[in-house]
Order: sequence, then structure tokens, then C-alpha cells
Amino acid sequence: MQRAPDSQGHFGVYGGRYVAETLMPALLELEQAYREARRDPAFKAQLNAYAREFVGRPTPLYFAENLSARLGGAKIYLKREDLCHTGAHKVNNTLGQALLALRMNKSRITAETGAGQHGVATATMAARFGRECEIFMGALDVQRQALNVFRMKLLGAKVTPVDSGSKSLKDALNEALRDWIANVRTTYYLIGTAAGPHPYPVIVRDFQSVIGRETRRQILAREGRLPDVLVACVNGGSNAIGLFYPFIKDRNVRLVGVEAAGLGLASGKHSASLTAGQIGVLHGNRTYLLQDEMGQIRETHSIAAGLDYPGVGPEHSYLKDIGRATYTTVTDEQALEALELLARTEGIIPALESAHALAYTISIAPTMDRSRIIVVNLSGRGDKDMETVARERGVSLR
Amino acid sequence: MVKGNRIERKFDELRARGEAALIPFIVAGDPDLESTKRLVVELEANGADLIELGVPFSDPMADGPANQRALARGLAAGASLPAILELVRELRRVSEIPIILFGYYNPFYRYGCQRLCQDSARAGVDGILVVDLPPEESAELDEPARHFGLDVIRLLAPTTPLKRCQEIARAASGFLYYVSVTGVTGTREVLPTDLKPRVEEVRKITPLPVGVGFGISTPEQAAEVASFADAVVVGSAFSLILENFGRAPDGIGKVVELASQMKRAMVSARCALQTSALNEKQ
Repeated sequence: MQRAPDSQGHFGVYGGRYVAETLMPALLELEQAYREARRDPAFKAQLNAYAREFVGRPTPLYFAENLSARLGGAKIYLKREDLCHTGAHKVNNTLGQALLALRMNKSRITAETGAGQHGVATATMAARFGRECEIFMGALDVQRQALNVFRMKLLGAKVTPVDSGSKSLKDALNEALRDWIANVRTTYYLIGTAAGPHPYPVIVRDFQSVIGRETRRQILAREGRLPDVLVACVNGGSNAIGLFYPFIKDRNVRLVGVEAAGLGLASGKHSASLTAGQIGVLHGNRTYLLQDEMGQIRETHSIAAGLDYPGVGPEHSYLKDIGRATYTTVTDEQALEALELLARTEGIIPALESAHALAYTISIAPTMDRSRIIVVNLSGRGDKDMETVARERGVSLR
Repeated sequence: MVKGNRIERKFDELRARGEAALIPFIVAGDPDLESTKRLVVELEANGADLIELGVPFSDPMADGPANQRALARGLAAGASLPAILELVRELRRVSEIPIILFGYYNPFYRYGCQRLCQDSARAGVDGILVVDLPPEESAELDEPARHFGLDVIRLLAPTTPLKRCQEIARAASGFLYYVSVTGVTGTREVLPTDLKPRVEEVRKITPLPVGVGFGISTPEQAAEVASFADAVVVGSAFSLILENFGRAPDGIGKVVELASQMKRAMVSARCALQTSALNEKQ
């Protein structure tokens, strides 16, 4: 396997830096700052201290005994990222990047958000570290995710609705990039997933890799061996790459990413860019995209608001092409059923995003021997999804 | 006839006349492709020296609201790359104005760089400008572009350090496009105060003409920029007129009128400059 990425941020043919010239110097500056931070033991110590005290790491690797017994096959472990401060893995990245922003003396932090989880995690760090914060959010998402908008405002962030395009996550990302182009000298743009122009996919992967590093240590301590399969949901793919990355050289560990098939791949209403997309360039990197034959970006659908992006991080595209990871899909309904099953068997309500990873796990566990081990990234908690689940099941909460 | 030289010839011609080029940016298909064709022809007759033809994209992340909406109108009108190339082919029967395709990379990439350059050159396109394709990633477009005689127009920004400007200029052809503001496209009340020294700095490091764009929307601003730059690019101001009057009977006339006022103001500004230079000599 070649070294990935190369010095220009290419994972094979993917990744790179496809941005307006105004941003190029800022990306080079960020790359330099990150390289220095990574070598600085003080930065690492600071990151670890906040991860422990503020985020609540390490998160448990929990043996889902009841679920495993119920399915009658492989042992299923859950990496409990849902127990992180703010309720999802997103905070691992916002903590690291916020500390980087401090190092770079940026007075203002901006981010895009879809469902609002990354927005909340960013606003949280901006509040903690005393930085001005502006979150860009599609106007439709602002309506759909009123609670998270309120949380961000409570944390002192300005939430700017984006009215252009499809008024959802990709448009919020466009607007965050436009804002960065205008305010690049004072602003740190804190992207929420392992995508975007180099060096963001590397930065986000590195900060999320704490998930995989802990998992490795924990499973070795508990089982004395590495797992057989790692499963994570993938859209931008930050929780997945965070879990996978420390295992990439372990050829015997299967890596499976689960994309959202929404109402079914044939319906066209999904967000499975690796499974059903073509290679293209969007938001600064070359990767698999959902697009039409003229290269216009398609709108997406998933029951999970956090799986609503038409692209995917470039490293996943690379891992798919070289065959190191495989990618599959799960529909809205399968994800809902997985959420319900975990709630009843283990007393844990996962986020609908994470429920996609679970649904796939539920489908393969019974076919595997009891000696086999699956680790699922339980990337977030489901509280935010209760209205959606109730609506889908015809329950009125009012 | 040698292909792809219209840009160079145009700048030579303007230099000889002591003029700066007016380059309108108009989105193909705003409000429809037939209007775009008429617009190009009438702009050429009324002061436009080159044309930047905007290629619609669903996610124009370097554009402000006016051009975002214009690109959306173009997209809705079916201005796909094949349709735009057909438009250029038709224009070439009646017009020799240099035409630059201006867009985002994904539609070009999807079409295929090799095929894009071949079809563009055949249709009569002279240059390609891709907003989100910095020189670091541009090899796959540069090679076929060179082969088919197309210029790949490079952008320089206020944030681009001089050393990087030099590197970009060295590999550039056609002209250099200096982005006047640290921001997205759109009209601005005032242009940055350091614009003139920055452009003068850039002009010293390259033999290529240097055009300035982003934010220029009035004849006064166009005249000011023409006094120190080789070309003035105006986009959002035209997009706004087309938004309000594109479907009106005199909509195209209003765009052409603004362009013509701009060009006249630019010519006067250059004349005034030459007169004052002469006076200083005497």
C-alpha cells in the first residue's frame, strides 16, 4: 500500500485541494500549523487532558451481551462514543481543531452543520475556549432541528440559516466556505467530517483516531485479540475512519462502512455515495459523489439527519478502491428496527446514524461463529432522534 | 487560422490602442440560451472585448448571492456543457470575440478534461477558467488545454503571497485574473485601497496582461481599475440586471447599456492618464 495521503493530500486519486485561490494560502498555513502541533508534546498533553476531563474519554467498549445472545452468533461490542460530552463522536474533532485554532491565534471559529450535532460540538468548544462562533446551517435544517439550534445559541454561537440550493448540509458547507473566503485571515474554519480540502481529511482522521486506538487497547485487554470485524456508519465518514484507521495494517480485521440507503437505492432517495456515486470534485476534494451525468450534485435522503451529505471523505474512496474496506448500505426502516432492538435488549438508544452500523451488524452476527468478535461504533446517542422515530412509528408526542 | 490566439490578439490590439479590456461575465442560459447568444453579440458591438461565459454548477462556493441565483437560472434553463459548446459554435458564425468558459471543476471533470478541451477548441472557445482548480491540481486540464491551444486562466488573490504569484504566473497563459477582494463574487461599494499597488506589483512579475475582477459594478469603479489594470471583469452587476429585467423586452439592452457606459468610462480614464503623463513630460 502506498503512503496515503501524499504531500499534496492525495489518497490515491482522491483528496487533494480543490479550492479558490483565496483559500490556498490558508490551507498551506493550516497544514504547517498542524504539522508543528502534531510534533509538539505540549499540544498532545493538552489534547489528552481535555479529552479526559471535558469530553469524558476513554469511552467504554461495552460487550452487548443480550444483543449477542439474542442474535446467537458473533460477540458484539459497542464503542460507546454516544457517552462523549455533547452526545456523539463529533466532539473528538472539534476539541482537537479548537485547540489548533487557539494555537493559530484565530479569534473566530466557524462550522457547517446538518443535523446540528457538529454545530453543537463546535459551539461547545468555542464557549469553553472563549472564541467567537458562527454556525452555518441549511434553512430547512434550522426548521427541522430547532432543538439543536437552541442549544447552539445557548452556547453563545450565532446560527446563520442558509437559503441557497437545497437548504441543507451541502449548502451550509458552501456558505461556510464562502464565509471563510471572506474572513480567512481571522477565522478558523472547523470542518465537521473527514472530507474537504487537504489537510482537513487528515486532521479530522487523526483527531477521531482516538476511537480506534482505544478500541484496540480495550479489546486486547478484554479478549486478548483483535476483533474480526469493525462496523461504522459512513456519510462524510469521520467516525468510521476514526475507528478504522488504527487497524488498517491489521489485514485480518475486516472494515465495513455502512451507508444510508434511505428509501432504497433504486428509489434514488438515499445518500450512498460510495455505493451508488461516481468520482467527482466537491468541497475541496476528489471523491465519490452523488451527481447527475452533467456533474451537478444530487440531493440526498436519509432518515438520519447526519447522513445527508452527497459526498464522502476521500480516504474512504481510497480504501474502497484498494479493497481494504468494504461499504454496504442499510435502509431507513432497517436502521429504525436496529434502534428499537438495541433499546430493548441493551437499554441503549443509539442515534439513527449509528443504528445503520448496528443494522448491518444484526444482519451478519447470526451468520458468524460465537468465537467471532464484531465492534460497532456507536457514534452517537439517540435522544435527538426521538421526534423522528415517533413520527415514523405514528406516535404523537404532543 | 491558428486556434486559441484570439485572447492574445485581442490584448495586443488593445495595448496598441492604449485601452483596457472590458470582460463581461455572463452566466450561460440566464435567462435562456437564446438570450445569452444575443447578449454576447450585442455586448461585442457595444464595448465588450472578451466574454467570460459562466458554466452553471449546483454548488458555486466562491460566488455571492447574485451569481448564485444567476447560475441557478442557467441550470434551470438547461445550460449544460454540451448546450454551452453548441452555443459557442453558433456564436462563432457571427462573432470573433474571445470566449472563456468560467466555472467549477466538477462539470468539467465529469465531461472529461481531454474531451472538454477538444470539443471546446472545435467549438471556438479560447480559454478555460476553473475557480476551484488551483495550479497544484491542474495538470490533467493543462495538458489537453495546451494541446488544443486553449489558455487556462489563473487566479491570483489578495491572500496569495508574491512568491506564489510568481510561480503561478510562470505557468500561466492568456492573462492573469487578479481577484480584487478577499471574498466571494458580488458588487462592492468600495474596492480595497491597496488594490492598485497590488496589481502594479503583479504586473511587474509577468509579461501577461493582468485583469481584475470581483466587486466591480459601476462605470466609475471600472474606470478606476482600468487606470492600472489591463482588463476589468464585471459579473454580478450584469447578473442582477438579468435577474430583474432578463425576461423584459429591453432586458438585454439594459445589460448592454451598462457595459457600454463602463467601456466609455474606461477609455476616458486611460485618455486622462495619457494626457496627464504628457503634461508632466512637458
